[in-house]
Amino acid sequence: MTPSDMEVLAQIVGARSGLVLPPDQAYLAETRLAAVAHAEHLPGVDALLQALRAQPGEALLNAVTDALANNETVFLRDRSVFDLLRDAVLPALAGARPGGAVRVWSAACATGQEPYSLAMLAADLPGMKLDLCASDLSERCLQKAKAGLYTQFEVQRGLPIAQLLRWFEKTEDAWRVRPELRQTVRWRRFNLLHDMAPLRRFDLILCRNVLMYLTPEARRLVLHGLAGRLAPDGVLVLGASESVGDAPDMFEAAPGGRGLFTLPCKAGAKGPRTGT
Amino acid sequence: MRTCLIVDDSRVIRRVARRILEALDFRVEEASDGAEAMALCRDRLPDAVLLDWNMPVMDGLEFLHALRREPGGERPIVVLCTTRNEPKHIAAALAAGANEYIMKPFDGDIIEAKFAEAGLPFGRTA
Ligand SMILES: C[S@@+](CC[C@H](N)C(=O)[O-])C[C@H]1O[C@@H](n2cnc3c(N)ncnc32)[C@H](O)[C@@H]1O
Repeated sequence: MTPSDMEVLAQIVGARSGLVLPPDQAYLAETRLAAVAHAEHLPGVDALLQALRAQPGEALLNAVTDALANNETVFLRDRSVFDLLRDAVLPALAGARPGGAVRVWSAACATGQEPYSLAMLAADLPGMKLDLCASDLSERCLQKAKAGLYTQFEVQRGLPIAQLLRWFEKTEDAWRVRPELRQTVRWRRFNLLHDMAPLRRFDLILCRNVLMYLTPEARRLVLHGLAGRLAPDGVLVLGASESVGDAPDMFEAAPGGRGLFTLPCKAGAKGPRTGT
Repeated sequence: MRTCLIVDDSRVIRRVARRILEALDFRVEEASDGAEAMALCRDRLPDAVLLDWNMPVMDGLEFLHALRREPGGERPIVVLCTTRNEPKHIAAALAAGANEYIMKPFDGDIIEAKFAEAGLPFGRTA
């Protein structure tokens, strides 16, 4: 793959998702595009690149963007964050709401491990009613998330065995999330670069391990959008290595750290206590 | 240094598991069936046991039952590591006192995740 090929790809992916395509990942890109070419019944990566340079259709652009994004995730990723949500954040939010109804958005849920982790954890919290939405840009990821089907390898990374027994049933060659848990999550395709104003407000937003792959402008745009969707006392959770640095005025680090943020107090918000 | 006893009748599996566990800073001992493992445990209890199920002489579950009845035998963290992957097997192992359960095939990430899950987090050396 030539540098000019990479440029074409970077432009497509950048425009559609805000993702940065590092020039030094040409090899990885080529492997992933080979799979797309195959799925699209094209003879190879060269033919695919040709199609992309001509007049590519929406579906092809989506498939390419999807293939070049990092979709990796595990159940209960960064366990200490989930501990903090379970022990402090969710009880505080629920306590401040009628009927303990807490609206949650997993805003780049990939293949669904994150929202399912939340659903499992909330099932053990008394007096809590999670209203759980999950979204991602990738249709392919969402399909898998909705089906709730995971390989033996996937269910062994991050998930305690007792939780596997309780919340999954074994199929021929995989593990499927039980319907009662699957039903607690609403899925939808959503591009974080799009206008968030029509969305409703959430008490807890998880937007983890996606900003780190985006351009600074895209990060700023997303953070501004999320700030507008967060309840005044709501909590935003970013990935362990992410920060609100690109939109410093929109959020404050919540006490307790670990990637938790609230709206600034001067906006009149009284954040829930997240300290440990 | 923490100790882990690997119990498996396959020498290949023992070698793979040993390499992973040594990288995670365990001193490793090996046994090829439950009876051998029991003898080693009576000598000195390890901190952890990575335990296959199907083995000649004494299988993993028999060993686990016996171990948990030994004085101090409730202490070692026991992680099953087996091709048995039916929910009823998993439930039986947990009922017998297993702390965690690995379905083969496994890799270093799974061992690390499962041991941490069972209460043995690591500082990695290499
Ligand atoms: C590495 S996964 C993170 C999954 C999960 N939140 C976690 O932390 O484990 C990143 C996800 O972000 C999604 N993504 C990338 N750009 C996006 C965008 N502009 N809008 C919505 N999702 C996007 C990708 O499809 C991918 O599934």
